[in-house]
Amino acid sequence: MHILDFEKLSLRDINRTLQDANKHSSFSIKNPKGSHALAVGINKKMDVNVVGSVGYYCAGMNKFSNIKIEGSAGPGLGENMMSGIVHVTGDVSQYAGASGHGGNIIIDGNASSRCGISMKGIDIIVKGNVGHMSAFMAQKGSLVVFGNAGHALGDSIYEANIYVAGEVASLGTDCVEKKMTKKHQNDLRKILTNANIAINNLDSFKRFGSARSLYNFKVDNAK
Amino acid sequence: MTKKPITYPRASHTFDAYTNSEIRRAAETGIYDIRGGGSKRKLPNFDDLLFLGASISRYPLEGYRESCNTKVTLGDRFSSNPLNLAIPITIAGMSFGALSAQAKEALGRGASLVGTSTTTGDGGMTKEERACSKQLVYQLLPSRYGMNPDDLRKADALEIVVGQGAKPGGGGMLLGQKINDRVAEMRTLPKGIDQRSPCRHPDWTGPDDMEIKILELREITGWKVPIFVKVAGSRPYYDVALAAKAGADVVVVDGMQGGTAATQEVFIENVGIPTLACVRPAVKALQELGLHRKVQLVVSGGIRNGADVAKAMALGADAVSIGSAALIALGDNDPRYQKDYEKLGSTAGSFDDWHEGLDPAGITTQDKRLSKRLDPKLGGRRLANYLNVMTMEAQTIARACGKNDLRNLEPEDLCALTVESAAMAGVPLAGTSWIPGA
Repeated sequence: MHILDFEKLSLRDINRTLQDANKHSSFSIKNPKGSHALAVGINKKMDVNVVGSVGYYCAGMNKFSNIKIEGSAGPGLGENMMSGIVHVTGDVSQYAGASGHGGNIIIDGNASSRCGISMKGIDIIVKGNVGHMSAFMAQKGSLVVFGNAGHALGDSIYEANIYVAGEVASLGTDCVEKKMTKKHQNDLRKILTNANIAINNLDSFKRFGSARSLYNFKVDNAK
Repeated sequence: MTKKPITYPRASHTFDAYTNSEIRRAAETGIYDIRGGGSKRKLPNFDDLLFLGASISRYPLEGYRESCNTKVTLGDRFSSNPLNLAIPITIAGMSFGALSAQAKEALGRGASLVGTSTTTGDGGMTKEERACSKQLVYQLLPSRYGMNPDDLRKADALEIVVGQGAKPGGGGMLLGQKINDRVAEMRTLPKGIDQRSPCRHPDWTGPDDMEIKILELREITGWKVPIFVKVAGSRPYYDVALAAKAGADVVVVDGMQGGTAATQEVFIENVGIPTLACVRPAVKALQELGLHRKVQLVVSGGIRNGADVAKAMALGADAVSIGSAALIALGDNDPRYQKDYEKLGSTAGSFDDWHEGLDPAGITTQDKRLSKRLDPKLGGRRLANYLNVMTMEAQTIARACGKNDLRNLEPEDLCALTVESAAMAGVPLAGTSWIPGA
């Protein structure tokens, strides 16, 4: 395992090292001190372990790599990521997984507002609570919340699925509770299994999705 | 019988024929009017300015022979690979989805023929567009449709779109008629929906966040490519200052004549300010930061000819960008399709129902039959010709003002025809030394 220490290296040095590294490399990043834009734009399968908390956009646009943050993360964690796994042991700020196209984000703590905003295929698992406007305009993928969800959950949602085990403060426009079918139970189990989360009973989870009433303009013909 | 005196029927200026037809349309449909293009109302514009050609107090350059530089470099503030353009006229962002693949290809071909850049749009980068564009600017929009790091690394520059002149504070729109399989796949949306894009970026809000967003993009692209920030013309002084402070290499200011693929008519005509009014406040913001010419300013919105190019540059822009005019060069609203336009309830020259996907010119459509009407190679040639003409026109004016570089044009070379345009452009009313508000 290679050690990259912020006490000795600049952000550019660290990101360049990660971006240029060979496939299947392993890195441990020490003393991140809340740095922004850390481990962004990685394009290969590798393991990156960050020891400490990070700032904005950690793991942004990630592809293939497996990034673990032993701490908390600032806004925009894993924004627009395409694949790979991002795991945060603490809490995360706003917009986690924003517009993510694929891969997994696993948050052991809580996520702030707009978690999964505009998500486009990513699966996000939050073991704690999520803040207001989470999954706003979510297009594809799943947001799984073990705790509670804040106000206006899933506002203007498209074809993404939201699974919440706790309470939902309120649903956003065009977001409705949907039947938790066997298929959806299987889908949820698969998402959790992929994230190495063992759970036997999924009964507490409710599913939410689009009522699809905003998909097209309504035009009258009052001649 | 005595004839009763009559007056002529008197039409109302308030309730004119267009207004009345819009009230009837709204009453019938229950939906706001959606259309493409930019503001159609009469606005103060570059026609209200005139150049003061050289005479005895200034001497001109020989009009046809002396060199007059048109090259411009965009984005050398922080990036290691700035855009080096042969002409200061770029092609503005227009999406695949709003435009046909053939139209996007034609724009790339035309821009490349004359050594300038073209720009993607809401919906991502198509392979045809990348292949045909020597210098391609990749837009990062609030929707993030089609945004991916592979295309990001293929781009020659990035443009963070904060706003668009046709709809400052509003998001894009692409109606279901144009969301075919390919467009739906690129945008990860269900086919046939009326797509309304968000107006704010999903992962940042204010200027401090944007500074960090720019840092992230630079880290992903290795600080190689320039980063543009595009703002709509509404508060250009503050927006340009904040964009520059956040670390932009280039700021694009788009006035209200700038076009859109589709949005509400009420939005296009009532939100934002004219392009003419944007330039001086934008330049002032950069000058006060000591960044004029270091952060390049690109002005767009209703640029039509070399005179507009020269006037925008004389007011302090480093380059201009065109969208609607480029589409006209390709064949948009061409009179040869008059009968087809009439079938759609419009006329050549006023067709703006781009959102319906039935464009007879094959440009703003995803219809296979219609889009075949546009030959991308021929379209590219036509656009290149037009760009060359604009450049030669701007050079003609610059030489007449004694300038051997388009960027040497200055406000002192201009006067205004109206009090309004004099105030907006900060140049004297013609024949006077009066600059209103100065």
